[in-house]
Amino acid sequence: MPLNLDAYLGVHQDALKLYARRSAVLANNLANADTPNFKAQDLDFKTLLSKGGTAPVPATALATTHALHVSTATEQASHEGPLKYRVPLAPSLDGNTVDPQLEQAAFADNTVRYQAALTFLSEKFKGLMTAITGQQ
Amino acid sequence: MSSFKVFDIAGSGLAAQSVRLNTVASNLANADSVSGDPATAYKARHPVFQAVHAALRAGSYATQSGAAVRVSGILENSAPPMVRHDPGNPLADDQGNVYAPNVNVIEEMTDMISASRAYQNDVEVMSTAKDLMLATLKLGQ
Repeated sequence: MPLNLDAYLGVHQDALKLYARRSAVLANNLANADTPNFKAQDLDFKTLLSKGGTAPVPATALATTHALHVSTATEQASHEGPLKYRVPLAPSLDGNTVDPQLEQAAFADNTVRYQAALTFLSEKFKGLMTAITGQQ
Repeated sequence: MSSFKVFDIAGSGLAAQSVRLNTVASNLANADSVSGDPATAYKARHPVFQAVHAALRAGSYATQSGAAVRVSGILENSAPPMVRHDPGNPLADDQGNVYAPNVNVIEEMTDMISASRAYQNDVEVMSTAKDLMLATLKLGQ
């Protein structure tokens, strides 16, 4: 029976991609911490991971008649689901909803989770190597 | 490759915050540069930040996580200069007045600290992303 590498690596490969994407989203929030009217974003990790990194399929698709229209079809096709806006605890007067402390905490959390996923994957590969070479 | 986007985003943040630090330095350096004419008095400068969405540039909404920040312009403070009566000053006009810049030193100092903290944040993000990518390169070893 051939080995299915995707099944062997399990959820960790999808999780790793999502953590990498989330780090970009959080980095963007931090870079725009002083931009007026910028709204902090994050991704819905649970929903995206359960769909294997893709967005949930909407019931009805929207017709797009212009290049800049939001196409629901491309969101389905891509590995990047839509982002969601953070609900601010204390919105500032300039319309910015970034809370730097919260974003820093989320970034640190995401980093540790990324490293955990990497460790899981690394151990999986090590186990595979042991199986290939045998106990020597 | 999405992991490299972090470097672009944090890099744009670094560039924007260093522009902000430059304007603070300029404002503080000129805080006491008086002038004999209200029109030529130095005016405090402040950058305006704007979020850039790479997705809108590319014409597709799917890759909306790739955004950054840019300085859309540098605005001069429109508040009138402070009038100071100083007849002994060689720059004084007919009434013996000189015009000091509308720079609020306390505001500039707080702005400087805010910019420096934001800069440190971006550096930290960049170095963490670098560590993660180096760890990813060593995957399976």
